[in-house]
Parts: sequence; structure tokens; C-alpha cells
Amino acid sequence: MIGKKMKASSVSAAVMVGPVTLWLVFFVAVPLLYVFVMSFCSLDQNYNVVFHFTMENYARLFDINYLEIYVQSLVIAFLTTVICLVLAYPFSFLIARTTSRYKAVLYMLVIIPFWTNSLIRIYGWRTFLGANGWLNHVLISAGIVDTPLDLLFSKGATILGMVYCLFPYMVMPLYTAIEKLDRNLLEASADLGARKVTTYRKIVIPLTASGIFSGSIMVFIPCLGLFFVSDILGGGNSDIIGNLIERQFQSGNNWPLGSALSIILIAVTLLLVKLYQKCGGDLESLGV
Amino acid sequence: MVEISGVNKVFDDDNYVVKDMNLDIYEGEFLTLLGSSGCGKTTTLRMVAGFEEPTCGSIRVNGISIENQEPYERNVNTVFQSYALFPHMTIYDNVAYGLKIKKVKKDVIKESVTRILDMVQLGGFEKRYPSQLSGGQKQRVAIARALINQPQVLLLDEPLGALDLKLRKQMQLELKQLQKKLNITFIYVTHDQEEALTMSDRIAVMNSGVLEQVGTPTEIYEKPASKFVATFIGETNLFEGYVQEVRDRDVMITVESGTIRAAGEGFKEKELVAVSVRPERMKYSDVPVEGFTIEAVVSGQVYVGSVLKTIAVLPNGNQIKIERLAGQVIPEKGKIYLYWDQDDAKLIHSIDQEFFDKVDNVRMGGGKAS
Amino acid sequence: MKNQSKKKIGKASNTLYCLLIYLFLFLPIAVIVVNSFNATTAKPYLSWKGFTLDWYIRLFDNAALLSSFGNTMIIAAVNTLLATCIGTLAAVGMYKYKFRGKTVIDALLYIPVVIPEIVMGISLLTLFSKTSIPRGMLSLILAHITFSIPFVIFNVRARLAGYDNSVEEASLDLGANRMQTFFRITLPVLAPGIGGGALLAFTLSLDDVIISYFTNGQTMTFPLKVMESIKSGVSPDINALSALILIGTILLVVLTQRTSMNKKG
Repeated sequence: MIGKKMKASSVSAAVMVGPVTLWLVFFVAVPLLYVFVMSFCSLDQNYNVVFHFTMENYARLFDINYLEIYVQSLVIAFLTTVICLVLAYPFSFLIARTTSRYKAVLYMLVIIPFWTNSLIRIYGWRTFLGANGWLNHVLISAGIVDTPLDLLFSKGATILGMVYCLFPYMVMPLYTAIEKLDRNLLEASADLGARKVTTYRKIVIPLTASGIFSGSIMVFIPCLGLFFVSDILGGGNSDIIGNLIERQFQSGNNWPLGSALSIILIAVTLLLVKLYQKCGGDLESLGV
Repeated sequence: MVEISGVNKVFDDDNYVVKDMNLDIYEGEFLTLLGSSGCGKTTTLRMVAGFEEPTCGSIRVNGISIENQEPYERNVNTVFQSYALFPHMTIYDNVAYGLKIKKVKKDVIKESVTRILDMVQLGGFEKRYPSQLSGGQKQRVAIARALINQPQVLLLDEPLGALDLKLRKQMQLELKQLQKKLNITFIYVTHDQEEALTMSDRIAVMNSGVLEQVGTPTEIYEKPASKFVATFIGETNLFEGYVQEVRDRDVMITVESGTIRAAGEGFKEKELVAVSVRPERMKYSDVPVEGFTIEAVVSGQVYVGSVLKTIAVLPNGNQIKIERLAGQVIPEKGKIYLYWDQDDAKLIHSIDQEFFDKVDNVRMGGGKAS
Repeated sequence: MKNQSKKKIGKASNTLYCLLIYLFLFLPIAVIVVNSFNATTAKPYLSWKGFTLDWYIRLFDNAALLSSFGNTMIIAAVNTLLATCIGTLAAVGMYKYKFRGKTVIDALLYIPVVIPEIVMGISLLTLFSKTSIPRGMLSLILAHITFSIPFVIFNVRARLAGYDNSVEEASLDLGANRMQTFFRITLPVLAPGIGGGALLAFTLSLDDVIISYFTNGQTMTFPLKVMESIKSGVSPDINALSALILIGTILLVVLTQRTSMNKKG
């Protein structure tokens, strides 16, 4: 009697969850394991991978050039995150708490670019900022500058591109967290004598901390790997770890080295996520 | 019509949510399962509906065993506590759902839906969506949706819990009238004893998985079979002690605050008992009454509109409640002697007695050497 | 009086701030769209030389570009279909049933979402090369499904969070068996979550650059074609197609959001 019902449900469970489990194992777990293994391999003369345990790839990671790039990646990611946060917080706050009936539309307007092709949009920035680009044309015609500004192919341009791409990822969690803020709490704070600034400092910021953490993680981590932004807008002057990895797998043809770099990147990611969880971060809010 | 025999429901090997339940429900009866949260009443209902399987025992409807059947195979329908209306369907489609599954003809469905919605006073609501309805209206749709299938038994799981007081009272009457009109067996679950007393033909009182008593509202109220039932239904004054002397039906009992008298049969000397006296039957006097030696001091009064209550305190700190209708005389202060008509007190065998019988060397009574 | 004008200035500066942000967000989109009508022929096509629809017309002669767009659409469609099915079943299954290993599956689900796309890209590349899965449409579709499934599952899960499953019991109670209940009740009620997940899968696929970059072999998808052109100088018909895709995506999202908002109320 009971036996029959149990069996029926474990068959349904297997049918429903089976496919995704197999998929995840085969296409996520196994490849990553493989990359891990490969990071300890080396190459033979024909650029084939040889399965002989070696730490040489990891040793090469300490090359001074690479170290510079790691630092550069972290700096760029950090700056991007901070800029995104500073720009997005007031913006999200205003939108989340507006009483206008276009509130949903306003939020949508931020998210829509997120749905479109980021490559095309980055290219739009290049068109805009280039030496022959629109901005320079306008500035020169208006007489504000004499020669075109060299805006592209710099760290600044890369950061601009990163901020641009990742801005919605900061807005979304902030918006969600701010929306949940109970208006009564702000009123209570004012009632007890706190001025606006104090209320922000002591009530609003701490209570929206989860949004701040989520947004920061969702910006910082991808930033380390968005190699096409640094390619197109940075032009090789602001390479990040992503560029290093890309090179090893394409032109450099050194997959073991690329794997080692990737493992380091994964390690950094996991570290940050753990840190995030320790600060009370909730893993569920990292989804879209 | 519905026979629940020897039903047990166990969770995690040792949690007996329903213990050895035996209950027969008659055709056309309005039976209420009454008890507080966790007593097993909802689980019992769900076993009849088919959402839980009894660990052992059988459930028969009209002689046929149903405990192995799926919910959709049973001729039993449920009104859920949260109404469970399908949010993506109109009221019409909600109510028609059961008939559509049974592949009833379209024009027959239309006629039945119209008729039943009229019966629950929701005629004209066919095209609306559940999100547009109030709580009371959703309730009626849930009832209509269940009844349209003409089940042999209708199960109702605390359906009125989310409604405000006035609406609840109104729905109680409506449900009762509906039941009488359709003559369908209703099994109703609630924790509200007043609701149970108002609506039911019989009440089954449950406590911690055990069925304590089944009876008409009057029986449950006037003749509670256990301490739990006595204290759960209505208010009462409960004295606990042991039997001092038995003379035919006249029983003298020693309690912590003194001696009292009650009437009952089948009680032995030295037996542990409980005596339940309803506040409206409690009497008082300035002078001691024969056979009773309890004194109390009036500590306060409560005014509840149509009824007045006096609280008096016994020497051991316990409170006694005396209730009278507004306008009648009630003690206001000072010392009073409590007594009652012996037939107004209900003598209850105490379950503690069983435990006591098993333990030999415990001294009984107020510290006197035996 | 002073307070009132202070408030007004405050409000105005807030509005200005928001407008600037929106300007920032839509600027490159506007640049691309405007440039697609730009009648200039000299690289790098950066100054305005007059209005023209030439590029839109030339677009249809550019076989390579069109075929890359076609590939992208096919991949997006297949990906959406499969990822949505697998993801929805999984989300509902995980919601209903308790079983060991749920936390492991959850962890695996978060990996594609949290780690940088480049890591997903290269790991899939290594898998395909090791298992000799042909690199082309097949590998692209497999890769896209892999990063889409978690998003579908999260969307459906969000919808399941507020799900009152007594509606399923009600359905069983009224005579429907489990399969009928799934199709008549569960799926329709979950539809917004499923739809949201499907939309996300579709657009992520449409726009994917990094993962496609590593798993495409010789096959061109539209974003990869754009990337190739950026390196060699974007021809203006790419601008035209980009403008079309941008506008198309925006319309698609606006439409679906509006229908989902209408249905709720």
C-alpha cells in the first residue's frame, strides 16, 4: 500500500530531475574537472597535451608580466564595482521608491539594455569615443578642444565599458533590496530624531546591505573575465586575466597554461563567494 | 456511511499523529472533528480525502474500502482551508472543473454551474477571476466547486478560519442550512468549539491523536467524558481529588481545598477523580452548606455584555468562575462558600488513576499517613 | 518658503540624475541605430554624411552575415525549447520531491551563473575536443543549453515560491489524475515563471559572445561575426543588422513584460 505510492513518486522524481542532473554532471562538472586535471599537464612539441603531472604551469603563473596583469584585473574590477555601486545606489533608490505610476517602466528601461547584445553596444561606445568619433566631432566643432581627445585604448575606457556592461547587475539586486525596505522604518527613525543623513547611514544602508553585497559580487566576478571589453575599448593596454586565458586557448595554443589560469580564476571566484556568504550573503539572490 | 476503523497514522516511526481511531459517521450527518492544533483532526480528514495514507486501519464509505484509492478515485470532495481556487481560471471554469474531467456534456455543465452558483448566492459571478473576489465569496466558490460533483461525503477543513467574526457567523448558518437541504454527509474540522457546538449534529473531540469523546453538542457540554473534554469545551471549574466515601449515587470527594459532593455511578473509594462544574451552575452562600467545605474570596468581576462573571480565589490560589446572566445577582466581594446541585457536577474518572494504580508505594492524600 | 524651494531643487536634481543615467545606458544604442542610417562610406564611418537606407538594403545581399544571423536564430530557438523543458521539469521535480543530492545539484546550478563566462567557455571547449563532439552548430547548442538551464530553473523556482500547492490537491480531489493536474493546473499557474525563464534563455543565447567564441569551431553566429568585423572595421550593413536586432529585442522584451503585467492584474 505505502510501497506502491513511494515507488510511483521516485519514478516521477527521476524523470523530472534526471535530465538536468545528467546534463549538469556531463557539461559542467566533468569539463571543470577536466580543466583542473589539464592544469597539471604539459605540452609536447606538437602542442598536444601530455598527461604527465607537473606544476610548471602554476609556476609560470608567477611570471612578473602575469602578476602585473592580475593586479591590473583586480584594480579594474574593484574600480568598476565601486563606480557601479556609487552610480547605481542613488539611482536604484530613486526608482525603487518613486510613487510615479511609471515605476515599472522606469525599472524596465534599465533592464532592457541588459537583454540586448553587449558586443554591439560596446562597439557603439567605440564609435562614440574614437579619435574620429562623435564626441570628438562635437567637441571640436563647438570649439571646446582643438585636437581630438585620446579617449580610447586606455584603462579608463575599459573601465567605462565594464561599468556599462555590468551596471544592470548592480541595479537589480539593489532595487530588490531597496523595494523591500519598509517605509515605516524610515518614519520611525525620523520620529526618533534622526536627520536624513543619519537615517541613511544607520538604517537604509545596513538594511540594504544584502543588495549591496549581491550587486558587488555580480559585478566584480564577471569583470575579471570580460575580455572583449578590454580588447575593443582597451586595445591591449588594459589586459585582464580573461585576456590571458583567451590567448592561451586561441593563439597561444597552450591549453594547460590556460587551464591553470582558469583554475586560479575559479579559486578567486569561490573565495569571493565564500566571503559573500560569510557576510550574510544569500546565495539565492545571485540568480537573476 | 463512513467507517473509520483502527486507523493509525505514524510519522517518522514514532510520531503517532492519529492513534487507533474508531469512528462511524452516519449518512446525512453533520459531524465535526474538534480539537486544538496538532491533535490529528486535519490528518484524519486528509486520510478520508486521500491525501494521506493510514499507516494501518481501514476507511470505508458505504461499505467499500477506500484507504487505498487515489483522491480522484473517491466520491468524496474537499473544501480547503485556503480555498485553493485555480487562479488562472474563471469562476465558471473553477466550478465546472470536476464535471469537465468527468466529460459531462457542455449544456449539462452549464445548467449545473448556474444552479449551484445560485444556491451559494453567487449567481452572475461566472466570468470573474478568483483574485477579484472577497474571502467570503471565494469560500462559496470553493463550496460550489466541491458540491457540484454530488459527493457522498463533503470534507471541510477549517473553511471559515480566515473570515471576520460577523461573516463567519453568517456562513456557519448558511453551511448548516445547505447541509440540511442537500442531505449530504459533512465532515467538518475546526478548533473553534463554539462553531462546533453551533453547527454539528455530533462532535468528535480529539486530543493528541486520540479520539476522546463523540456525542451530540449537549452530551459533550453537559457530560464530558474526560478532563480534556470538560476543559476544552466551554469554561468550567475543575476540582481534582480522590473519593472519600460512596453512598449509592452520592459521592463525597476530598480535594485540596476541602470536601465536595457529586453524583455518579461506578466510582470506588480512594479512586482519583475530577469534578467539573460549569460557571453557570456554581452556587454560593454566606454560610457553609452541608457536605461542602470550600471557601473562596471574591477577587474581581468581568462584564461581557450579556453575561456577568465573578472570579473567586481558593486558598490554594486556584480561580473559580461564577457566571450569571446580566441582571441576576452575583457576589461582589468578601468570603463565600461554594456549593452546587450534585447533578450539576460531572464526575470524571481521572486517567492519572491508571498511572497511580501501577505505582504502589506513593502516599495518597494531604500528607496523612495511611 | 525656503523649504519648498529646497524640495523642488532636490526633486529636480534627482530627476536630472536619473535622466543622465538613462542617457548613459542608451547612448551606444542610439549611436548604432543612428549610424545605421549614416550615408558615409569611408572607414571608420564615424562622421555623419547624410541619411540613407542603403545599408539596410545591402544587408540582404550579405550572405555571410545573413547566414550567421540565421544560425543565431536557430541556436536560440532550439536552446530555448530544450532548456525550458529540462529546466521546468527539474524545478518542479526539485520542489516536490525530497532526495539526497539536492544540495549537490543546487551547487552545480550556481556554477554557470557565478563563475566568469570565459571559464565555462574553455571548459566546454576542452570537453568537446576530448569527446570529439563536432564543433559547430551542435556544440554551440549544447553550450547554450548549459548556461541557460540555471536561469530557467531560478525563474520557475521564484514562481514556485509563492505557489499554493493545495490547488493541486484540489484538482486531484475533483477527479483529475496526476498528469491531468500537471498540464491543467501546475503548468498554467507556473506559466509566468516558465515564460520568464524562456525569454531569458532566448536573449542570453542571442547575445552570447564569450561562450560561443570558444565553442563555435568554424560556425559563425551573429555576435561572433560582429566581433570579427570590429577587428577588421565594421561594415555599415552590420550596423544596420545590429540596429534591427537591438530594436527587435527591445520590442520583444517590452511586449512580453506588458502581457505578463496585464495578466497579473
